[in-house]
Amino acid sequence: MTWRSPLALVRDALRGQRAREKDLRNLASNLPYEGLERAKQPNCYFPGNAIKTTKYTLLLFIPMNLFEQFHRLANIYFVGLAILNFVPVVSAFQPEVALIPICVVLSLTALKDASEDFRRYQSDRKLNNTPCLIYSRKEQQFIKRHWKDVRVGDFVKVVCNEIVPADLLLLHTSDPSGVCHIETSNLDGEINLKQRKMMSGVCISDPEFEPESFNSAVVCEKPNNNLNHFKCYVEKPNKEKVGAGIESLLLRGCTVRNTDHAVGFVVYAGHETKAMLNNKGPRYKRSKLERKLNTDVIFCVILLFTMCLIGALGHFLWLQALPGVPPYLVPDGNGHLDSPSLSGFYMFFTMIILLQILIPISLYVSIELVKIGQIFFITNDIDLHDEGTDSRVQCKALNITEDLGQIEYIFSDKTGTLTENKMVFRRCSIMGTEYAHKENAIRLAVLDVPESEEEVIFNQQPRPPRIGWSLDTEDSNPEDTRHHHDNRRKSKVTGNAQSDAAFSSLLEAVVIPDRTLLQQISRAESSSSSRNIDPHLDFFLGLAICNTVVVSVATAQRQRVSGVSRSDQTSNPLDTLSSLVKKSGSRQHFFTSWQHKPKKNRTISEDSVEEEDHVKPPVKIEGSGETNKLHTCSLHAPSQCDKSAMTPDNLSYEAESPDEAALVYAAKAYGFTLLARTPDSVTVRLPSGEDLVFQVLDTLTFDYNRKRMSVLVRHPITKEYVLYTKGADHAIMELLATPYAEHLSGKQKNIAADTQYHLDGYAKEGLRTLCFTKKVVSDKAYESWSVNRQRALAAIDNREELVMDTAVQLETDLSLLGATGIEDRLQESVPETIMALREAGIQVWVLTGDKTETAVNIGYACRLLEEEDLVINMSCGNKFAFTSMLDCTLEEVRRFSEDPRNVDTTQNISLVIDGHTLTLALSSDLQKRFVDLAKRCRTVLCCRVTPLQKSRVVTVVREKLNVMTLAVGDGANDVSMIQAADVGIGISGQEGMQAVMASDFAISRFKHLKKLLLVHGHWCYTRLASMIIYFFYKNVAYVNLLFWHQFLCGFSGTAMIDYWLMIFFNLFFTSVPPIMFGIMDKDVSAEMLLGVPELYRTGQGTGEYTFKTFWISMLDAFYQSLVCFFIPYLAYQDSDIDVFTFGTPLNTISFFTILLHLSIEIKAWTVVHWVIMLGSVALYFIVTLAYSAICVTCNPPSNPYWILQRQMADPMFYLLCIITTVVALLPRYMFHVLRNSIAPSPLVKARHLDRLDPSTRDQCMKMWRSFRGIAQVKPSRLSTPPSPTLETPVDIHPHSPTTFDIMWDERHH
Amino acid sequence: MGKVKGKSGPLARRPDNSAFKQQRLPAWSPMLTATTVLPFFYLMALICMLLGVWLLLTVQSTQEIKLDYTEAGTCDMCFEKRKNVSNAAQICTCTVVFPIKKALKGDVFFYYGLQNFHQNLRRYMDSRDDAQMVGRKTNLKNPSSYCEPFMKDPNGLPIAPCGAVANSIFNDTFTLTYHGSSGPSIPVPLLRKGITWYTDKNVKYRNPKNDNMTLAQVFEGTARPLYWQKPVYELDLLDPTNNGFINDDLIIWMREAAFPNFKKLYGVLYRAKQPFTKGLPAGNYTINISYNFPVQYFRGRKEVVLTTLTWFGGQNHFLPIAYLVTSCLILLIAIILTVVWWKFGKNGKRLEE
Repeated sequence: MTWRSPLALVRDALRGQRAREKDLRNLASNLPYEGLERAKQPNCYFPGNAIKTTKYTLLLFIPMNLFEQFHRLANIYFVGLAILNFVPVVSAFQPEVALIPICVVLSLTALKDASEDFRRYQSDRKLNNTPCLIYSRKEQQFIKRHWKDVRVGDFVKVVCNEIVPADLLLLHTSDPSGVCHIETSNLDGEINLKQRKMMSGVCISDPEFEPESFNSAVVCEKPNNNLNHFKCYVEKPNKEKVGAGIESLLLRGCTVRNTDHAVGFVVYAGHETKAMLNNKGPRYKRSKLERKLNTDVIFCVILLFTMCLIGALGHFLWLQALPGVPPYLVPDGNGHLDSPSLSGFYMFFTMIILLQILIPISLYVSIELVKIGQIFFITNDIDLHDEGTDSRVQCKALNITEDLGQIEYIFSDKTGTLTENKMVFRRCSIMGTEYAHKENAIRLAVLDVPESEEEVIFNQQPRPPRIGWSLDTEDSNPEDTRHHHDNRRKSKVTGNAQSDAAFSSLLEAVVIPDRTLLQQISRAESSSSSRNIDPHLDFFLGLAICNTVVVSVATAQRQRVSGVSRSDQTSNPLDTLSSLVKKSGSRQHFFTSWQHKPKKNRTISEDSVEEEDHVKPPVKIEGSGETNKLHTCSLHAPSQCDKSAMTPDNLSYEAESPDEAALVYAAKAYGFTLLARTPDSVTVRLPSGEDLVFQVLDTLTFDYNRKRMSVLVRHPITKEYVLYTKGADHAIMELLATPYAEHLSGKQKNIAADTQYHLDGYAKEGLRTLCFTKKVVSDKAYESWSVNRQRALAAIDNREELVMDTAVQLETDLSLLGATGIEDRLQESVPETIMALREAGIQVWVLTGDKTETAVNIGYACRLLEEEDLVINMSCGNKFAFTSMLDCTLEEVRRFSEDPRNVDTTQNISLVIDGHTLTLALSSDLQKRFVDLAKRCRTVLCCRVTPLQKSRVVTVVREKLNVMTLAVGDGANDVSMIQAADVGIGISGQEGMQAVMASDFAISRFKHLKKLLLVHGHWCYTRLASMIIYFFYKNVAYVNLLFWHQFLCGFSGTAMIDYWLMIFFNLFFTSVPPIMFGIMDKDVSAEMLLGVPELYRTGQGTGEYTFKTFWISMLDAFYQSLVCFFIPYLAYQDSDIDVFTFGTPLNTISFFTILLHLSIEIKAWTVVHWVIMLGSVALYFIVTLAYSAICVTCNPPSNPYWILQRQMADPMFYLLCIITTVVALLPRYMFHVLRNSIAPSPLVKARHLDRLDPSTRDQCMKMWRSFRGIAQVKPSRLSTPPSPTLETPVDIHPHSPTTFDIMWDERHH
Repeated sequence: MGKVKGKSGPLARRPDNSAFKQQRLPAWSPMLTATTVLPFFYLMALICMLLGVWLLLTVQSTQEIKLDYTEAGTCDMCFEKRKNVSNAAQICTCTVVFPIKKALKGDVFFYYGLQNFHQNLRRYMDSRDDAQMVGRKTNLKNPSSYCEPFMKDPNGLPIAPCGAVANSIFNDTFTLTYHGSSGPSIPVPLLRKGITWYTDKNVKYRNPKNDNMTLAQVFEGTARPLYWQKPVYELDLLDPTNNGFINDDLIIWMREAAFPNFKKLYGVLYRAKQPFTKGLPAGNYTINISYNFPVQYFRGRKEVVLTTLTWFGGQNHFLPIAYLVTSCLILLIAIILTVVWWKFGKNGKRLEE
């Protein structure tokens, strides 16, 4: 190390700071500078790859930790008191002893922090020392170094299955097509592989990569935490710029798969990597209960000050009343006595010290502990574990568990949240002709009915011949079969877990083709001389090509199919073998289960026979089948059958969006099998068995603005440039044009109209619709466009806009091929969950980006809307019309609800509103009215909303109605909503982990919400609320003993209980039971809470922890402390008792009263309760006895020596203990008994039912629900809803809004 | 196939299905309704009633005689005298005559009582040094600063025992004389030793170790407390086990009373000789008081209490009455609950509404 002037150091630091802050970074290769000192290197300003996530350093731990801890007001209060104790005139206790509580609290927290930090340090060190390969110029090869040695500008080589050490710009891969596959599950939890492209033409890479040849500058943006976005270009020495995006970036933390090795240039290292920037700690939110608690703490402070004032005033008056100077008045060191007023003033502070625990400082620590316990139980709930993905519920926010018990509004996303987000191809329309896919519909319908039937339907598959050799394993495990019966999802797991494909469950993978369409295709194939002419074939080609699906072979190794020629994996007999074993294994379940239910099987097969009346044999196989190979062979070219090296069966598709996979599977069902995809080519096998390799020229990816995606390919036969575009209907329809075939214009228009008609029909069925178009691009047009495109891609400013512009330029004059309807199946138990949540008094809103019709349909399907509901459909273009409409509707709804005729009905009003209208409704002047209307509606369905609107809705409802809101969603578009709500829940589904990362709780299925809210929410809330109230009570009851004693000792601040024992009292004897109470108490069983969702209502609004309950418990505390003090006082009056001998039974009595009070509150006594309660009693006596025996002069002014021992030998002690606790607890006990007997709350009734045996209980539960349910059933019996006035101004039927409604509305006013 | 699914299986992250983790531990959940608690209430009422009656009967058998001698008999003269601080050194004795109408049977305890004397003031209580009293030599010469301003005398000598508590020791002395209906006056023998807690006498209070030195030599270099007439090592010159810090009167005084009105044990009737073998016989008694302790600065009263004890303490009517009242209260509640039970929850039907 050479010496450098401090000035230079400062200058360098400043320069480095500036370099890091710049929007664009200029990076260069480190290799030419190898061996130079660090300051001379071009990338020296950027941090290295070593990470340090620890908060503290060894040396500075104590001051830093203390500084951190003193950010908490409570700790400052503590320290203030301790310091106050060092002022001699006001000290109440020995100053040294007064330091104990604060020291204990601080050191415990410090210990916790230190251990956490140490763990972080260890993991950092482990990570930093992970080996990796860095290129060294000296050695002319990649040498083994550690992660921490990686620096920006280095070349790093990553081999297969290794983790990427830093963010790398991919420059070279072992794959000839320049592709590298990565698995990002470490980063976002998505298990599908992602493809990354290497940057081509930047450096010499043939045959061996030469890092030294890299002499370009890499210009990239400032690091940010967006995982899906990256902007960069490489400037070659000849000033040529090549752009790169996220598709060329390997992110730190990802695992390289299926690629032998890859070499990248380090752009971001260490803390600047996207993974690290995304790595935020747990979120801290403050729960409603805690906010409420803080106001009560302020009440406590007021109480404390009042009591201290009384003490000060009392002392003053007492001193004034003295006739002389009695011998017990101790002057100070100079023999001088303070004046009464000064003494009174000092006494105020002494009292604060004496009564300090009135402010429940330990409450905060206890609450944290309780929440840790509650989270432990939530995450360990087996019912919230999803077997499909093997994931538990995750609690990301650690301190809002009790908010789960107070939810009043749920805002839910639709896709992926209510629905599976597992798309199933349902039907399609090609060239204006609808193909209904009836057989497929039947198959799916059968799947809908309970699980046993599902298995039956699979049993209809003819057993493929090759399964025979695995027969020996087949009958071996009947138990397994039963297990399988239990849970349908599980069967999918065991069947599919090995295939590791994200979206290839049988449900989606299998499509039964439509007969007429099959015939149509075969006709088209045979008739058309040039294949491209027939739009049916084009349609399926579009289906197979226009996507970003990644093809993989379903083997355990996740081998990727990177080209037809390289499909050597399948020839590996071992792999085929294992994959077959797995397949047969899954099939075995179906087979065995079939044997259990022959009867059902029979009926269903009969049905299907009836349906398939005149099916020709090959199609029949197809109809039941899974093997498309058979189909393709039988239909067209049987001779090619065995020739194909790659069985389409083995393929599995992984797509970023599940509907893509569904479409590819649909195309496969018709013989258009997507065999392989590389960035440059797509291989499709035609029904004829011919493999076509399309050259992919460009992919215009999907975005939310365009709502479509396109793939530009070069047809291998016709050599035409063909653009296949798919997208939402409204995004496509306006781009249609008809220059392509002038004479067809009329027909084309008809096609568009017919297709639109079909699309509307699909939407009404709740299907997701997509339109497919094709465009042939002329060579010239393509050339000019591609120049633009290259320029746009290389741009670094406004890159997105430019890229999008180029996409829009190309996507014009499309010709419509057809449309598809994809069903997004509802998740299991969604209707039940929604019903239960509604019974629990929670309003459920659905906010979706889908079309109104689709949304309404799903609304009916999941029982969000009921048939007899009044549905108000709001869709309005201009603000004036909307205002009047809103007023009018509001008026009607108000009148409707006040109408006495409607009292006995529970006709519900539902509101459907679309995104555009919602914008109007949320404008500041209409907000209030809209919320007022929404409040009266049972359900609100918002369609076509943007992510921003979602969060706006949540914010407006939360703030205007002042209610507890919960938002649940699964996609990136729900993130803002999740963050806006009081409780955000992410569903870890198919759409990545962004929602989960932003959420407070992450679940895997929507149905889990039911137990999470109804059971855990309720428990957490009641437990915590009871515990907090108890804590306040405990402290007041105990401290007041000291306060009452002041009346007998001239308000001099005497404590009659030894100070150590007081500390122990709060620290050991009475701290664990309430924590255990807060973690484990169970007022009502989970079954009961799930069975009677109404019980959830107890927590809503203010719940159990209200102003009233707080003050009642305070009064009770005052009463109990009075009893606990004055009964012993009166009993010992005029005796020769001394101060501490009097304090000891008082302490004991108080201890028993406080514990017994808790045992009145405990609703269910488990072993743990008994152990802790009895353990506390034992601890009290053991510790106090030991302390009394040991401590002769250890705590000078007070002296507990041998007092408890003597007391315990005195019968008086026991007599007092009995009577005092009885009298103290009598009112509370009686209150509970009377309330439970005379006016039992629903919870008490539920507890009562809990005690019955299960069968009776279920019966009672049903009775209870039906008793409430009568009201809900009633209106359906009424033929007409008694709301004659409501029909006109608003739409009752959920049909699409027309301008007519609004115009009428305007005339009306 | 058919392998055992262990933790490493496909469901590795599945939580344990244990009763504890699933919160399904068997629990006893008592229902607090009229039906369930009625027996308990009646039982409690009965227990309290029985205890109350028993205690009351026990208390009835005790006897207590309280004699306020502040200004009684010839003591009014002394009372006046003590009003003036300048007369503090003067000796004043007085006599009070009182009758005992009914004999006190059994052990009779002789207490002196003080009213309005706040031994429980914080600063007063703190003003002592237990370490000195336990016989630590360093503390003897160097008392704790808590003893301020009674730590050192004006000459700078450490005070032993230091502090306000010891300083303000109650220094009246009593002699009790029995005047039987026949016969001469007999001084009532009082045991003035062994009246402290055993642990106090033997553990908490020790004289500094004296290696063959007399007590006076041990205490050399210390001063007596300001209000004391004689030094600590002359408290009982006759009995070395009752002298110095282990003097019973001192120990008893040092145990600060909990309330401003208190009594402290002065002695126990020595029942070895007639006529006191069965306690104090009825008759007239005179009590000779050496009246030293001034009480007018705090409007205090001084009294003498002669009492017999029960197994649960002195004559105390509060506890039995409290038990009886509580018992009645519980009974009343029980009756109310019975009515409630009768009207609302007799067959539990109401809960299923």
